[in-house]
Order: sequence, then C-alpha cells, then structure tokens
Amino acid sequence: MLAEIGQFALAVACMLSLLQTVYPLYGIYARQQTAIESAKILTVLQFVFVLLSFLILSYLFLVNDFTVTYIATNSNSALPWYYRLSAVWGAHEGSLLLWVFLLSLWSTAVALMSKRLPIESIARVLAVLGLLSLGFYLFVLLTSNPFLRTLPYFPVDGRDLNPLLQDIGLVVHPPMLYMGYVGFSVAFAFAIAALLEGRLDSAWAKWSRPWTMAAWVFLTLGIALGSWWAYSELGWGGWWFWDPVENASFMPWIAGTALIHSLAVSEKRGVFKSWTVLLAISAFSLSLLGTFLVRSGVLVSVHAFASDPARGLFILGFLILVIGGSLLLYAVQAAKVKSRGRYRLLSRESLLLSNNIFLIAALIVVLLGTLLPLIHKEIGLGSISIGEPFFNRMFSVLIVPFALFLGVGPLVRWKRQNLSELIKPLGSSLVATIVLTLLFLILFASHFTWLALLGVFLGFWVLTTTCYELYLRATHRFTLFKGLSKLGNSHWAMSLGHAGFAVMVMGITMTQNYSIERDVKLAVGESIAFEHYDFHFDAIQALNGQNYTGSMGIFTVRKDQNLIATMQAEKRIYTVQRMPMTEAAIDAGFTRDLYIAMGEMLPDGAWAVRIYYKPFIRWIWFGPLMMSFAGILMMLDRRYRIKKVEKPLQENC
Amino acid sequence: MNPRRKKRLLITSSLVVGLSLTLGLVLFALQQNIDLFYTPTEIIKGKNETGVKPEIGQRLRVGGMVVPGTVKRDPTSLKVSFDLIDNGGGIVTVFFNGILPDLFREGQGIVAQGELINATQINAFEVLAKHDEEYMPPEVADALKGMDHLKNNNNR
Repeated sequence: MLAEIGQFALAVACMLSLLQTVYPLYGIYARQQTAIESAKILTVLQFVFVLLSFLILSYLFLVNDFTVTYIATNSNSALPWYYRLSAVWGAHEGSLLLWVFLLSLWSTAVALMSKRLPIESIARVLAVLGLLSLGFYLFVLLTSNPFLRTLPYFPVDGRDLNPLLQDIGLVVHPPMLYMGYVGFSVAFAFAIAALLEGRLDSAWAKWSRPWTMAAWVFLTLGIALGSWWAYSELGWGGWWFWDPVENASFMPWIAGTALIHSLAVSEKRGVFKSWTVLLAISAFSLSLLGTFLVRSGVLVSVHAFASDPARGLFILGFLILVIGGSLLLYAVQAAKVKSRGRYRLLSRESLLLSNNIFLIAALIVVLLGTLLPLIHKEIGLGSISIGEPFFNRMFSVLIVPFALFLGVGPLVRWKRQNLSELIKPLGSSLVATIVLTLLFLILFASHFTWLALLGVFLGFWVLTTTCYELYLRATHRFTLFKGLSKLGNSHWAMSLGHAGFAVMVMGITMTQNYSIERDVKLAVGESIAFEHYDFHFDAIQALNGQNYTGSMGIFTVRKDQNLIATMQAEKRIYTVQRMPMTEAAIDAGFTRDLYIAMGEMLPDGAWAVRIYYKPFIRWIWFGPLMMSFAGILMMLDRRYRIKKVEKPLQENC
Repeated sequence: MNPRRKKRLLITSSLVVGLSLTLGLVLFALQQNIDLFYTPTEIIKGKNETGVKPEIGQRLRVGGMVVPGTVKRDPTSLKVSFDLIDNGGGIVTVFFNGILPDLFREGQGIVAQGELINATQINAFEVLAKHDEEYMPPEVADALKGMDHLKNNNNR
C-alpha cells in the first residue's frame, strides 16, 4: 500500500509542477496578483509531495520491502541500516527521485528565501524551475518508476547493493554532486526569467550570485568526495581517471567556475551580462548532458549503470528541448542587453575575461574527449577510446597561462591599470615564488623534473600574489592587522579560493611526478623497501563481516628502522553477489600517503600486492575543501544579508 | 584607429589566435592518444568496417573472452599471459605484467589496452574487467554474441 501512496504522491507533485509553470505565467500575462503569488505556495506544496514520496521509498528500504522491484534489486536484509538508506540512491530509479527531490528542495529554498525580490520575478523563476521539475517527474513516472512491484512472486531477500557502493563515500557523494548539478538549475532559471522579462541588470547578477555559488560549493565538494572515494575504494590508488562520468561532473564545474567569475564582473561592473547568461545556460545544460551520458548508458565507463534506450531517448529529447529552447530565447532576447561599462585592455575585467576563455578552452577539451568516442562510433568508424595522456597533456598546457593570470588578476584594478604600478608587486612576488619553489623542491622532491618545477612554481605564484594582494589591500589605509580585520568576507573568499586552487595544483603536481607505484608478488614473511620505507608482510587473516567474507593482509611499515604504521589491507567477497572487492589500507599523512591494496592470491600461496607511495595527495582534496569554504564565506558576505533593499522600480499590477 | 576599435581588434585577434592554438594542440594530442578497439578476429583479418589491419607497434584496445585453460603465470613475478577469443573465431595472446582486476576470470569478457608486438600478440599495460558481472562493455558484448561465456552458464 505504501509504495502506491509514494507513487501517487509523485504523480500529484508532477501535476503541481505543471500548475507551478502555467498558472503564475498566466498570472503575469493576465495581471492577476493572486495567480502570481500562487507560485510560492505551489512550489512548497510540490515539495511536500515529493518529500513524502522520497520518505516512503526510504522507509520501504529500511523495512526491507522486497515486493518493490527496485528494493529487491538494490538492497538486502543483511545490509547495515545506513547502507540500506543510502541504497535509495544506489541505482538509476532512486537517484532520479533524489534528483527531482533536490530540484524541488532548491525551488522551495528560492521561494522561501527571496522575500526581497519583486514577486513577479520570483514567479518567473519558479515557473522555469517548475517546467524543469515537470520534465523530470515525467521521466521518473514514465520510464523509471522506483515504486514498481514484483507481485505476485517476490523474492525472499534482495540482490544486495553493489558492493562498490557500500562505503561512507556513497552515502554522501551522490547527494552532494546532485545538489551541485541541480543547483545550477537556479542560476539557469534566474537567467531564463531575466531573458523572458527582457531585463538584465546588476540586480539580477546580485540575486543569482549567492545561489550559483551555493550550487558550485556543493559540486566542488561532491567532485572532491568522489575523487577521494575512488582513491580509497577502487583499490587502484588513482584519484582521477578522466572517465566519461567523471568528465560529466567536471564539465558543469568548469562552466560554473567561469560563471561565478563572470557574475562577479556583471554585478560589480555591469559588463559581460549576455556572456554570463550564456554561461548560466551552459552550466545547467552540461549538468543535463551529464545526466544523459550517465543514465543512457551510451558511454563505456566504469560507472556503467543498467541502461535502457527509452530512458536515453527521453533525456535526449528533454535535453534538446531545454538547451534548444533556452538558446533560442537567448538569441531573440540577448540583443536587447547592453553592457554600458567601459574598460581598458589592462584591467581586471580583461583578466577575468581571459580566465573565462581558458576555462572555456578546458571545457571544450573535456567535451571533445568525452563525446568524440561517441561520435566516432555513431558515424561508423569503430569504437575508440581517448586516453588519459590526452587530457593530462591538454590540462598541463592550459593551466600555465591560467594560473599566471590568476595570480595577476586580483592585483589589477577595475577599469584601468597602469602597467608601471604593477612592476613592483609582480616583481617581488616572482622573486618570492622562485625562492619558495626551490626550497620546496629541495625539501620534498627526490629528483628533479621540469613538470614538477612548473607545477610547484605555479602553485607558489598564486599563493604569493594572493598574500601580497591581501597585504597591499590591508595596509592601504590601516596597519596590517587592523586592515586585515576590516576586509570583507567576499575579499577573504576570493583569496582563500585562489589559495585552495594553488594547494590543489601543488598536490596534483607532486602526486603525478613523485608517486612510486610497485605491483609486487609477496609471500607472508617477505618484505619490500623503497624511498626509505620498508613494507613487511606479517600475516594473512580470515575475515568475516556482516555481509562478506575474505582475507586480510597485515603489514608493518618502517622508515629507517622506526615503526611508522601497521596496515591492514582487505580482500572481501560479498556473499550475495559473489563479488570480490578490494579494501585498500591507507596510512594518510600531510606530505605523503602510503597505500597497500591486496591483488589476488597466486597459485603458490603468495599474494599480488600493490604498494604505493603518494606524496602530497591529501592536498588534492584539501584544495577543493578550501575553495568550498571560500564559497560559503562569499555567500555570507554582508551585502547578501542586508534585510531591506530599495525596491527595484516596477509598475504596480 | 580609435582606442575602442583597437581594443576590440586586440580582443578578437587574441581570441582567434587562442582558439586556433588550442584546436591545433587538441588535434595533435588527440592523434597520439586515440586507441581503436579491435576484436581478436579483427586483429587477424582486419577491421570489420574498413578491412584495415592494425600495424605492429600500434597502440590499441582489444576485447574478448579469456579462453579457459590458457592463463599462464610466471612463478617468480607477476607476469601473466592468456588467450582472448571472440565470436569470429580469431585468437590472440595477451601478455601483462601486473595485478589482474578482481573480476578477471577464465571465460569472462575483458578489455586489454596495449601495444601490438606481432600479428597475434599484444603487450598490455592495462587489463579491465568490469565491476559488475551483469555489465559488459557493449563492444565486448557484441564480440561475444552467441558465444557460451561464463555469464550464460551462470544463468542456466
């Protein structure tokens, strides 16, 4: 009975989203105040129903109702309760329900938290969001209903959640990522609403900026979590594979990064407005494209989900409708937008423009690398794969000018800047950068490579220029400490975000250049040594978990005779799906990780073991963490919290 | 030229230069990193679509079923070799030095990425078996269509 109620609630939410689209727009057209104001109520109502539906599915998972097909295929009574709960979004149907639930959550947040906006603008934004919801509700109800029953013959127990997904990473990673994906729908809706209204001004940029930032923060955290999860769970010791599904989340992130920068210019200086709108459309379109790529199964990927052509076709249709429709609207309306601000060639505007250009170039590289195999196959040239080296090479080229400009940008004034005033700060930063880079490499690098020099240099360049800029800004009017305390949140956000980027670049550089990876054959009692570390294989033990069995290798690690760690690497066999899984042992540290993963037992009783030394790999995730924190700081800036703002001019309806 | 036009010209030209540079770089990098997919039969007889055989030394990906009983291990290291077969009947041998994936089994469809060392032998630097037993890369599934591989045996 409950499952049917869940489905019914979903259907009601679908109808409400249709109303949420049509009625307020009609109200604007017919100038009916009540119809316009209904947008908020309808949004909240829709949220209530989809929440009900989501809670029912979660409850059914908790009580192991295997008469529901989706639960029977993705859960098992032996699963711990928290994995049963996270299994809700463990496969296609549930993750789409999560998607549409989050979309509704964002819409409700917009409805409730933008009291300062003119009601008509909110109504337009909510109508656009309603239309998007409608598309996804139809998708869930027509092609991937999570509430379908297997009656009359239902299994006694479920087929278990994919063991790969039984990890704390999966409990948090997909919701975070989806919050980001879906969050860009708000920026999209703001842009479309502004286009519909034919009015793009600084107020519009100001309204949509914190929302975009919120989505970007979630996406950043989601991607970083996914990378950390892959590293600790897949047992290969890699942190990024340029897998199509990873790319699918990376593309909206790049577009989003360009968007938050471009929005800053639009808000402060009133230029780049039509470009910003285009970016907002792109960011969300890429999120949709990502969903299409992942859910339709057209791409060969480690994330492969069960695929169904009808689903792919539906999303493709929706994709074309949304992207095509919004671009058409853009083509018609964007000409009306005029940017009035003027700026010289050497100005912060130009540097932010160049930042955007490099980001878009990176976006095109990823897009090409992801879609080319698809196109190649469709036009009958056979299937191909595009290797990691392609992306790595492209990014190591693109990052050089990007990071150099990134360092300079904050030092340059809006509108115009004299070159001569820049020489001193840039010169002293350059000297400091070179000294720091050399010191760093002497301390931490085992040998010299040009790429490491370049990467560390770029990291320190961004760091030193960021610090110098803070110093200049703080001592402009006050003493250093007083000045620092007077800086606004959004200034700190910029500095912290850029520093986070620098930390990440340095982490990537050190990991890529100085990792030591050994795949070896080891028997109990044997050991292997490299980079001052000595790994001794002590014993092998049998494992008995709640829903798995397996063996555990125990290793003692010494560095120059001192005990560093005892590490326990596991090889699990999940009983229900008979699926082997590697649980790597990781000894994490600030400057290096030690990583041991059990391979397979060889016929003579020895084990194939992966032993990795990964310098500075934690920095790769610490950087994005800093960036996300910076994003949160920026959202807390005073100017987004001021309660009363003069109402923008509007006619009284 | 007035400063406004000059600025526009500079921006446009730098855009054009940047774009063409990027495009050139992309194409160059792509050329070296595209790996065509072959089935064992295609390696021997040439690609189905074009009839072109891979050259010796070429990087490629090959997918097929591991022939039961052909997995040979070196007793002192992680070196391993095995034969791959597809529904066309061609057989190639894959050499690999490293840890095979968890789901690598005889009779299972796998994908190997590596270099062709002679007409029927491949030196692989990566062997992939998919994480989900249900799932098989579409190319491999095509190559094994009609064959009696492990998955069918299980279901029966």
